[in-house]
Amino acid sequence: MSSTSRARLGEEVWKLRTDKINAELVTLTYGSVVAQLCKDLDGDYAEVNKQLDKMGYNIGLRLIEDFLAKSNMQQKCANFRDTADVISKVGFKMFLNITPTIVNWSSDNKQFSLLFDENPLADFVELPDDGKAQSDLWYSNMLCGVIRGALEMVQMSVDAHFVSDVLRGNDTTEMRINLIRYIEDEMPQDDE
Amino acid sequence: MNRDPSPFRTASTASTATSPTPKYANLTASTNLRYSLTRKSIYDRHLNRTKTSELSKSAFAFLFGEMVQYAQKKVYGVQDLEKKLNLHGYAVGQRFLELLLWRDGRTAKRETRILGILQFISHQLYRAIFQKQADTLEKVRENEDEYMISDNDPVVNTYISVPKEMSQLNCGAFIAGIIEAVLDGHCFPAKVTAHTAPNEMWPGRTVFLIKFEPEVLEREALRVGS
Repeated sequence: MSSTSRARLGEEVWKLRTDKINAELVTLTYGSVVAQLCKDLDGDYAEVNKQLDKMGYNIGLRLIEDFLAKSNMQQKCANFRDTADVISKVGFKMFLNITPTIVNWSSDNKQFSLLFDENPLADFVELPDDGKAQSDLWYSNMLCGVIRGALEMVQMSVDAHFVSDVLRGNDTTEMRINLIRYIEDEMPQDDE
Repeated sequence: MNRDPSPFRTASTASTATSPTPKYANLTASTNLRYSLTRKSIYDRHLNRTKTSELSKSAFAFLFGEMVQYAQKKVYGVQDLEKKLNLHGYAVGQRFLELLLWRDGRTAKRETRILGILQFISHQLYRAIFQKQADTLEKVRENEDEYMISDNDPVVNTYISVPKEMSQLNCGAFIAGIIEAVLDGHCFPAKVTAHTAPNEMWPGRTVFLIKFEPEVLEREALRVGS
């Protein structure tokens, strides 16, 4: 499947096969979740990042099902470059109606970055002016967990983390995704 | 990102005319936040930009489910859990109200009567958030201070299945929180709770029971008198 046909697929799924909801409700609800975490964890932003990632991971494990059902993708991605393309053009399109740009491939084709021009989770958001949120908190960290969880279900073990965020005063919002390994099918022991 | 609840919530006995000014006075202080030089800050972007934008309902369902799961970890019972969800909704409601009224611009109206504010909630607010009106708005006959708004199929409950041992739970508490925030924001302090009230057509029908604080009825009586 070529890159343009994936873009078309993403567009089609979004238009025809996706129930929609007011974006601001999602934005504000996400904000409320993050705020609650910050409160519960007493401003320990490293811990907030971790918790967000964990929640995202739980989502990812279940989201892949929804993704496969709606996108009706039959064949496996041939390589990690294809995977990246599908994440951006079909995955993100389908759930958040955005297509982050894929950049900065490493020479071994195992690492790439997603650049978020738009980030619906972060509309209306400004980080607290407490001197540490802007250097410690990755506000949209849930997305990393989602990708990690979803890819794990299709046998890819990856590491995903943000390296910059406009909320922190950076010029871009960039997530780095790193393929650790393909998970081989493992036969259960003593399988008769 | 000011997370304090509205002053009306904790101090419902205080005069509703109390000004919250001292609390927010430090808004004028200079900020230490860093801003990108090449990107527009949230203050430069038009607030109507996301007015009609949509996301997938599953994205919300996943997020909401995770929110409920997290809330469930730290509670002692169904009531406690509903309270947490209510608070989440409250935070959302406060912000939605501000957005809505700002968008109405000069035509924004300040509701001063109980019926007016309830209609605002079941029509405008509901339509803005859920793209539909609430299904009914009724007065509880036995109690002067209680009203009910019902939703045949609340969006937040679509993908929630409540375990048997928590059959009392209704995650509509989140919407109840939104309603409570809007009422508070209009100086109609009230308690709002969500109750499952199925009928033949709608197994997931939810009723939001609104119980106003006595001073609201007192004021209403004065208005009727004049």
